[in-house]
This record gives sequence, C-alpha cells and structure tokens, in this order.
Amino acid sequence: MRQKNLELMVGVFIALGLAAFLLLALKVSDLTSIGNDQGYRITARFENVGGLKVRAPVTLGGVRIGRVISIDLDRQSYEAVATLSIDPRYDRLPADSGASILTSGLLGEQYVSLEPGGMDSYLKNGSVIKLTQSALVLEKLIGRMLTSAASGDAPRK
Amino acid sequence: MMAWLAEMGGFALDRLVRLGRANLFLLRLLGALRFLFQRPGLLIKQLYMVGVLSLPIILVSGLFVGMVLGLQGYANLVDFGATASLGTVVALSLIRELGPVLTALLYAGRAGSALTAEIGLMKATEQLASMQMMAVDPFQRVLAPRFLAGCIAVPILTGIFTAVGILGGYVVSVIQLGVDGGAFWAQMQAKVQLFADVGNGVLIKSAVFGLLANWVALFEGYEALPTSEGVSRATTRTVVTTSLAVLGWDFLLTALMFGDW
Repeated sequence: MRQKNLELMVGVFIALGLAAFLLLALKVSDLTSIGNDQGYRITARFENVGGLKVRAPVTLGGVRIGRVISIDLDRQSYEAVATLSIDPRYDRLPADSGASILTSGLLGEQYVSLEPGGMDSYLKNGSVIKLTQSALVLEKLIGRMLTSAASGDAPRK
Repeated sequence: MMAWLAEMGGFALDRLVRLGRANLFLLRLLGALRFLFQRPGLLIKQLYMVGVLSLPIILVSGLFVGMVLGLQGYANLVDFGATASLGTVVALSLIRELGPVLTALLYAGRAGSALTAEIGLMKATEQLASMQMMAVDPFQRVLAPRFLAGCIAVPILTGIFTAVGILGGYVVSVIQLGVDGGAFWAQMQAKVQLFADVGNGVLIKSAVFGLLANWVALFEGYEALPTSEGVSRATTRTVVTTSLAVLGWDFLLTALMFGDW
C-alpha cells in the first residue's frame, strides 16, 4: 500500500510536469501557428522593408489575417520581396489591395497592413500586390527635416 | 616567495585531482544506470524524495517570482505606454533565465544538500562499506537511482516553476494592474518561440543544470570525510559548488544559445 501511494504521488508529479510543458508549448509559445500554415501565398514588393521581420503579422483593418513567411531581395530590381501567408478564411481580398508596412505604437514591432481595393477579382495563391508603401525609416525622415531646416525655407514665426 | 608559489601549485594540482575524481565518479555512475531496469522501484522512491517533496517550494517561489516580474515590468513599461508587452517580458525572462537557474538553485538547497548529507552519513556509518561486503554495489543500489531521479526531476520542476511563474505574472498584471489580457497572451505568443526559447531555455538548460546539481551533490557526499564535521562541510560545499557551477554554465549556455555569434 505504501509503495502504491508513492507511485501515485510520482505519477501526479510527472503529470503536473507534462501539463506545465503543454501550457508552455500551447499557450505561451507559437506552437499553434507552426505546422498549420495552410494559407495561400501572395507576394508584395517594397522599396524598403525597414525592420520588418519574418513571422510579423499581416493585418487588415487591425485584424490579423496572416503572417510574413519570408523576406528576400530581388536581384534585378533591388526591391525587397515579402512573401505573405494569408489565412484561407480570408480568400476574398480584392486583387487591387494595397500593402503598407506600419509600426505598432512608437517603438513596437513592424507589421504589414493591407488596404482592400475595389476590384471584383480576388487575390489568390501566387498573386502579387502592386500597390505598396514602404516602411517609414525614422533616420530618413529626420534627415529630410534637417535639410529643409538648413535651407532656411522652414516657416518661422 | 618559493613557498607561496609551491602552495599555489599544490592548490591547483589538488583541484585538478578532484576534478578528475569527479569525472571518474560520473563515469561509474553512468555505467551503473543499467541496473535500474531491474529495480525501477528504487527510482520511483527517489523521484518522490527529490521531486514530489520539492514541489511546495518550487510552486511558491515560481508564483512569487512571476508576480514580482509582473509588478516590476509594469512599473518600467508603463512610462513608455508599452504595458501590452508585459506578457513577453515575464515569459521570456522566466523561460530563458529565471526558470532554469532559480529552479536549479532551489533544488540544490532543497534536495542536493539532503542527498549529500544522506550519502555522507551512509559513508560515515559505514553502510556503503557493509554493502560492498555483501557484494552489493552501492553505485547501483544507492547512487544511480538518486542520480537518475534527480536528472528527471529538475527539468520537470523547471517546467512547473516557469508555468506557475507566468500564471503569477498574469494574475498581477491582468487581474490586479489592469493590463489587457488579450494583448498579454497574444504578444507573448508572438515573441516566444517553441524551440529557440522553450526548447533551449527550459529543456536543455534545465537538463544540464540537473546533471550538474546531482553530480555535485552525490560526489560531495561520496567523498565526504566520514565524520560529522566532514558531512556538514560536504553539505555546505554542495550548495556553494552547485550554485557557482549553475551560474557559470548559465552564462556559457546563454552565450551559445542567445549570444548571436
């Protein structure tokens, strides 16, 4: 009886450990998004992707509909090519939708935001988004501001 | 001057000899693990001793560490309006560093010292010698079950510590401080990677720490001077050596896993 009790306690201990790992795998980390990537692929060409990372979210109207699965450089045109995987539930996105790279908050991570167009045909596997807007690079913005201030035509009061 | 140099040399040689003995000890221990297939009951008993009985301290410490992380993280992040990242902060610090390291340190204090004292006392009262007289190998019968049980228990305890810590962080930040619960989990899931973070941090680190902690504890016990003073010094050395070894190895592992070179 004593030995049985011991085995029971150890069994509970190991079950607790497994539950903890399951929690870490399913609730805390990204297991849910690995493996069930059955989305269709579309590509978008950007002049500059800024700090966009692979696995960054793709949103439409603030709702996540997919994620970035690869970022590559086109060797002819020197454009950045981002491949996006879109959840098949959202298969009725107009073909002339636009994509832009935005930042969540002031210091947050960058993500791709889609703006729906008005065409009757829809984006499908292998489509290319033509209307894109590059990431806002803070240094360039500051540089532009400085040059306009230095040239003296900044309106002053 | 010469005497001083000779003393330093003697000290270094002494350490090297001890390291060599520890390695031979580990080899013999690993060789004796086969015996456990014949007597799994011994393993269960030791799992109860080092694993189940360590649960209360692990659960309570994990909960409080997670809650403190939530409070401190909130106090820092609220200035930047970035409290939604609190989940990421709590989860990553627990999974990568605090979970494995604190569990190993607590384990050394709770179970490692007990192992050393037990083995040391067995040696002091000549139980180990009498086992050998009866042709029972103490490595198979006494040391191997404790070693394997410890190596199994530490990763499990680390998983429990980390999970409870994250729940503690959730309680403080979402229920008490009013951080958005959806953002807490979503940001955490977006940033925490299963293999790079949970696999490296919780699994590999804790496996290494478990091996270190149990190896040191059993070796110190086995090598203890067979007097009451010797056992008490061996127990102290177990806690000190394990803590230093765990922290040193943690730096090495972190540099290899997350150091980006």
